[in-house]
Amino acid sequence: MSSGYNKPIPVPTPESDVFWEKAKQHELWIQKCLNCNKPFFYPRMNCPNCLSDNLEWFKTGGMGTLYSYMINHRPVPGFEEDAPYAIAIVQLDEGPRMMTNIVGIENTPENLILDMKLKVVFDDVSDEIAIPKWEPA
Amino acid sequence: MDSLRYKAAIVGASETTELGSIPDKTAFQLHVDASVNAINDCGIDKNEIDGIATTMSPAALAHYLGIIPTWIDNTQVGGTSFLVHVRHAAAAIASGLCETVLVAMAESGRNRVGEQTGRIGDVASMSGGRRDSSFPGQFESIYGVAGPTTQFGMGVLRYMKETGLTHEQLASVPVAQRKWANKVPRAMYRDIITIEDVFNSRMICYPFHLLECCLVTDGGGALIITSAERAKDFRTKPVYIMGTGESVESPVVSQMYDMTTSAAFKTSSKKAFEEAGVTQDDVDHLMVYDAFAHLPIYGLEDLGFVKRGEAGSFIEEGNTSPGGKLPMNTNGGGLSYTHSGMYGMYAIQESVRQVRGEAAHQVDGVKTSFCQGVGGMFMAAGSLVFTNEGPHR
Repeated sequence: MSSGYNKPIPVPTPESDVFWEKAKQHELWIQKCLNCNKPFFYPRMNCPNCLSDNLEWFKTGGMGTLYSYMINHRPVPGFEEDAPYAIAIVQLDEGPRMMTNIVGIENTPENLILDMKLKVVFDDVSDEIAIPKWEPA
Repeated sequence: MDSLRYKAAIVGASETTELGSIPDKTAFQLHVDASVNAINDCGIDKNEIDGIATTMSPAALAHYLGIIPTWIDNTQVGGTSFLVHVRHAAAAIASGLCETVLVAMAESGRNRVGEQTGRIGDVASMSGGRRDSSFPGQFESIYGVAGPTTQFGMGVLRYMKETGLTHEQLASVPVAQRKWANKVPRAMYRDIITIEDVFNSRMICYPFHLLECCLVTDGGGALIITSAERAKDFRTKPVYIMGTGESVESPVVSQMYDMTTSAAFKTSSKKAFEEAGVTQDDVDHLMVYDAFAHLPIYGLEDLGFVKRGEAGSFIEEGNTSPGGKLPMNTNGGGLSYTHSGMYGMYAIQESVRQVRGEAAHQVDGVKTSFCQGVGGMFMAAGSLVFTNEGPHR
């Protein structure tokens, strides 16, 4: 918990508040469609596959694989001490992809091997917000 | 009207008087400069212009130029907007909504004179809000992204794993394009470079080195489009619009349907080929919007010029270089010529020059040019097929 957290902080909306409420409890939840049974991310009020609004939030297993990444050498404000840092795409075992940072391992091309297994961890950046990040499983 | 094929032609085309670093003109002034140059290029009376397409305020531009249009288009889908404007203009002319359209684009991309936002490529200005409820703000900015340099190429390592594309092949894109720019006086960078030069340039965002990222410049361009019938009345050689396409995919790279291929490129280019009634083999000259080195690779494959996984070796072997069988990005592209932020207009301008036969680094015998634009980061696409052969051959 850091009051001096200097990176961008997400502001939940009515569509995403479950995601962030569960993240605060260190759980990764996404939505799925009860009509066509497909999980999806990012949070929406209608299924992107069939437009049904018969949706439910569910707890993922918190496991995934490294789909792709870049390593940024020009840090944005707040990330100066992290550079060079990877901005990565994790593919959840449930299917959807999301952006993330990789922690628990030096962010080098040698270390970051596509399709390596990852597990979610949470960074408590304020009393209200925990940001999901991923580390080697 | 079943098709826009041969319904309209570009009769006036010009870029801003200066290109590169223009510290003494606002983006608005550059719009006017490019517009006046395009008007003078074909010698049209500006009062004959009755349509205006631009990403700035159409009212502001129309009023500045003393034009009262009967048709406007303010489509803003990033750097491909101007290809989409050309398509919409051709449709408007073909359906009688207007007769003559001015498409104008300009940016003070480098000096930011009269611009409301920071420079593209400047990480502080591109990193989003500090507390942000937008989708990118909630789920991407928090991980330290900073605009195109940190996002556009996000699928490239995946593409490499799936197709075998090498870092050398990626680096061969700016190497090939510099060979074109070498004979283009208005190109910002003209000196021949090698793969080693690319690898030795500063790492911006792995796997992209500086020379694999576009320039950041000031400039613009404008077009005058009218009916194919009327096009013959102008002193310039008509550049007929043969095929057109447009599409959009995802607002963010991470949520593309497949990060190793552009669905918008495929959809848009397919429409343009079908409308034009030509195949890839009929294309003498190709422009693929190159904000970063991977875009021509995605483009060659998604437009169907090569098979999946073949684009890297195709470029590396010189097929898109001077003397190659598919001359591509012959002005040097966004990597060498210029890139003020929304490059699509410059790609159109080079297609027009090549089809007219008046490019700085002219390809012999160009009859058909294909121009592919991208907007945002694989967010949008526009495609145009041009020819210098009239509809009544």
